[in-house]
Amino acid sequence: MSSLRGRVAVVGVAESDLGEVAPGLTEQDLIGQAATRALADAGIAREEVDGLFCSSSTQPAPTLNAAEYLGIRPRYSDGSNIGGSSAVSHLLYAAGAIESGLIDVALIVYGSIQRSAARKLITPAAISAWEEPFRPRWPLTMYALAASRHMHQFGTTREQLAAVAVAARAWAQLNPVAFERGPLSVADVLAARPVCDPLGVRDCCLVTDGGGALVLTSAERAREAPKPAAHLLGCGVAHWHRDISQMPDLTVTAATESGARAFAMAGLTPADVDVVELYDAFTINPILFLEDLGFCAKGEGGEFVSAGRIAPGGELPVNTNGGGLSYCHPGMYGIFTVIEAVRQLRGEAGDRQQDDVEVALAHANGAVLSSQATALLGTEATLS
Amino acid sequence: MTESPPGPWSGYQEGLARGELRFQRCGECGRAVFYPRLLCPFCGSADPAWETAAGGGTVYATTTMRPRDEAPYHVCLVDLDEGFRMMSRVDGVAPDAVRIGDRLRLLIVEEDGRPVPTFVPAERS
Repeated sequence: MSSLRGRVAVVGVAESDLGEVAPGLTEQDLIGQAATRALADAGIAREEVDGLFCSSSTQPAPTLNAAEYLGIRPRYSDGSNIGGSSAVSHLLYAAGAIESGLIDVALIVYGSIQRSAARKLITPAAISAWEEPFRPRWPLTMYALAASRHMHQFGTTREQLAAVAVAARAWAQLNPVAFERGPLSVADVLAARPVCDPLGVRDCCLVTDGGGALVLTSAERAREAPKPAAHLLGCGVAHWHRDISQMPDLTVTAATESGARAFAMAGLTPADVDVVELYDAFTINPILFLEDLGFCAKGEGGEFVSAGRIAPGGELPVNTNGGGLSYCHPGMYGIFTVIEAVRQLRGEAGDRQQDDVEVALAHANGAVLSSQATALLGTEATLS
Repeated sequence: MTESPPGPWSGYQEGLARGELRFQRCGECGRAVFYPRLLCPFCGSADPAWETAAGGGTVYATTTMRPRDEAPYHVCLVDLDEGFRMMSRVDGVAPDAVRIGDRLRLLIVEEDGRPVPTFVPAERS
């Protein structure tokens, strides 16, 4: 297998309006905002986009909607949907399309008005006939089951889960566009309204509006871009199940495979990573992913996230934007892990900027720990 | 044109209607298969054979749902003794009293006009 390492780069990133957006704005409007801003960030004209990638919680053929709205006529169109990790998986597919010469410029977009329209949206039938009689609440119940198993098997505590939410909030306080920026302690998380044992409401991600966009092109062309390129060093995708009752071991996710593939392509190890952006739909998620991606041993994730280690000033900066727990979570959060990774590599992250960021990891999860996609991005210096 | 037999879902529902929890076992690799399907997901062999679970199981993962507008209720994953896992719930005990590792016994109940495979705590011997 020939390597895609260093062959393509992210040259433009942007968010749309976030949080609770103005009345009347649609999913497509947020995609339009984010795409326009990301193309401006990349210094690339809309007319040059020939590959379009879009995932959606509401549209069965989302690239049709997005291309029509944006006035783009793509030659390569990928609306593949593996849940919230889709946008990170699109990095791999876009890289393949660029490297093989099928396209020159890839635009990856996502948008949702999940918060504004929550009462009007028709939720897709997410629960299978095998689970539906027991009235699980998608996806909350499934993550609670995984948390229960991790606690049983490894002695992970509610306080350790809470430490993930507390770290996310501390990062969000450094991010002016984060949705929740008030103080939050471990005691607050433990005292919050219980929703699905062992998870309370502060163990669960936000429900916000928001969109994002990424622009990719070849590494050669990326060097002419107005801003420093974020080179794609490695990317891996894996999925093993759809329903939680089909997951072989609730304490081991397919991030073990997606991560191993990304690190192998990049020729890197977790010790080389300067900032980590993980899809934190629930507080158990970063614990599982830090283990499965190799930042700590299986079962040690609870201990690893404690004592401020992943918070501002800690040993390993994790979810420096505040994550899905405190920054934004419009249904499928994956694209925001990449946006923040790129900003950290460029030195654009304001008060939350980390020093000397050369390698950033973006990892996203889809459905109920079902699909996993991992990307390693690096500065120009990492290619030499 | 030969007529295909009813799909695995039908065979499963037919079992429940008769008070049986059916699963499949692969004739090639011997693994238990659930949910039922037309091939073994482990080795790819066609047509795993129906078997009926004896009804003993162990709690693998557990949660208590706490909706704002109704009483708390239980959801769990159960490992059946025959080697497959399913979602279900444990009745006959407070939802938050169920522990991982608890032994269970199958109890198929009628709910909304259909049979549902639930569990109760196994009687201590």
